[in-house]
Amino acid sequence: MKPTKILSGTLLVLMFAQLSACSSLGVKPWERDMLAKDEMALNNAPLDNRLDDHIYFSKEGSSGGRSFAGGGCGCN
Amino acid sequence: MQLKQLVNISAALAAASCALLGQQAQAGTVLDDWQFNSAILLYNETDRVSAAEGVFTARGDFGDDKFLNLGLVVDALTGASATGAVAQPYVQSFTRPSGRGSYDVAAGDTPLDDTFHDTRVQLDASWEQPLAPNWRVSGGGHVSKEYDYLSLGLNGSVARDFNQKNTTVSLGLAYSHDTISPEGGIASAFAPMLLRRDFADDDSYQAAFAATRDRADDTKDTLDVLLGLTQVINRDWLMQFNYSLSVADGYMTDPFKLVSVVNSNGVVQQNLYESRPDKRTKHSLFWQNKLHLSGTFLDASYRYMWDDWELSSHTADVKWRLPMGEQWYVEPQFRYYQQSAAEFYLPFLQQDEPIPQFASADYRIGKMSAYTLGAKFGTKLAAGNELSFRIAMYQQTPENDGVVAPGVLAGVELYEKVTAVMAQVSYSF
Repeated sequence: MKPTKILSGTLLVLMFAQLSACSSLGVKPWERDMLAKDEMALNNAPLDNRLDDHIYFSKEGSSGGRSFAGGGCGCN
Repeated sequence: MQLKQLVNISAALAAASCALLGQQAQAGTVLDDWQFNSAILLYNETDRVSAAEGVFTARGDFGDDKFLNLGLVVDALTGASATGAVAQPYVQSFTRPSGRGSYDVAAGDTPLDDTFHDTRVQLDASWEQPLAPNWRVSGGGHVSKEYDYLSLGLNGSVARDFNQKNTTVSLGLAYSHDTISPEGGIASAFAPMLLRRDFADDDSYQAAFAATRDRADDTKDTLDVLLGLTQVINRDWLMQFNYSLSVADGYMTDPFKLVSVVNSNGVVQQNLYESRPDKRTKHSLFWQNKLHLSGTFLDASYRYMWDDWELSSHTADVKWRLPMGEQWYVEPQFRYYQQSAAEFYLPFLQQDEPIPQFASADYRIGKMSAYTLGAKFGTKLAAGNELSFRIAMYQQTPENDGVVAPGVLAGVELYEKVTAVMAQVSYSF
């Protein structure tokens, strides 16, 4: 067995062990200290994402994913 | 007169409501419920497009978890854009999209139309509020106007929290109706690009040019559906999965792009206006992770997109925020993008082969990889205000998808790299 295969196998087992260890994913309401921080918001830099989405929409063949993909400008 | 009356009425109303609420009529009390974000981005490609884009958003807190979001975007583009025509070992002449005037491209250079310029203004607004315990809804719309383009859109979403708000499921819908009225009208599919010098006089050229035009404008309708699942994994890990579907129907050809027809020696015989299908269905899977790692914050996302133009792409994006002392942070950013070519992408057409139903030589739907490397520096100021700077380099590397370049085309660059620098300043208050 190649070392990389052993490593990825071990990683997979560890990941599943991690997931099954928490019978229910998530936290109690009083454990939200870190999640409540601005830095942990999914869209913590909305303007950056907005500007990036516009550039990549204009320059590449893909769009959307994080938010809606369609319309908006004639740049594509 | 009417305006003055209106001002008087609003002043009276404002005074009355302030009296009712027992508050003093101070601007500060109203503005305290609003959060403002502003940013200016400068984007500059080497020898090609330059753009400046300003964004201003306001978020008003109306109490009881009700918010009004307002946005204004203004951008200006100028510079040269690749036409899709191939480079040649001699000087080439091209007619401007309007049909008036022409420009020359030097031997060996990728043909760029240097008359590319546009200004866009976009306004958007949305309202969000709780609907019932654990339910949230939002609704909004946008208007975006360019010289030759108008986009009108509506969107709405509903989200439901489960499992002590550790799991959120959301559904969003958006519809947009776009109208394009390009300078010079819309050319018929594969209409030839005519040159004034091939005609005896202006009248005969204008008549022939008009005959290549099909209509003055066209439309495109897009329906987007977005299904989202957000899951708190643990105290330091938040995850999001999105599936999105985007169905577009209408004019999706780029009215300014050309496809060169070459002979067996690679010499251009004619340049034709491109033609793309008028339907496109895109799907994407988006997976985002937000992780708190010993005082730092990692944002890592991956997107897989595929569509019925047979274009598929992988996008990986990583941002790692590292606090520097109490006030400052530095955030290295890296993005990698890779796409396969749309099935009708062809860098050029061969004279001895029949013209396909659709063809485009726009490198943006060809095989390509790209990366962005950047960093953001930010500082928290008094009263929760934030100032940040971002600088990044973006490089696109178009790739040959197994096309053999005949004759002289073997000696010119058909897949030219594009390098851009972006600089952004943001201020939140």
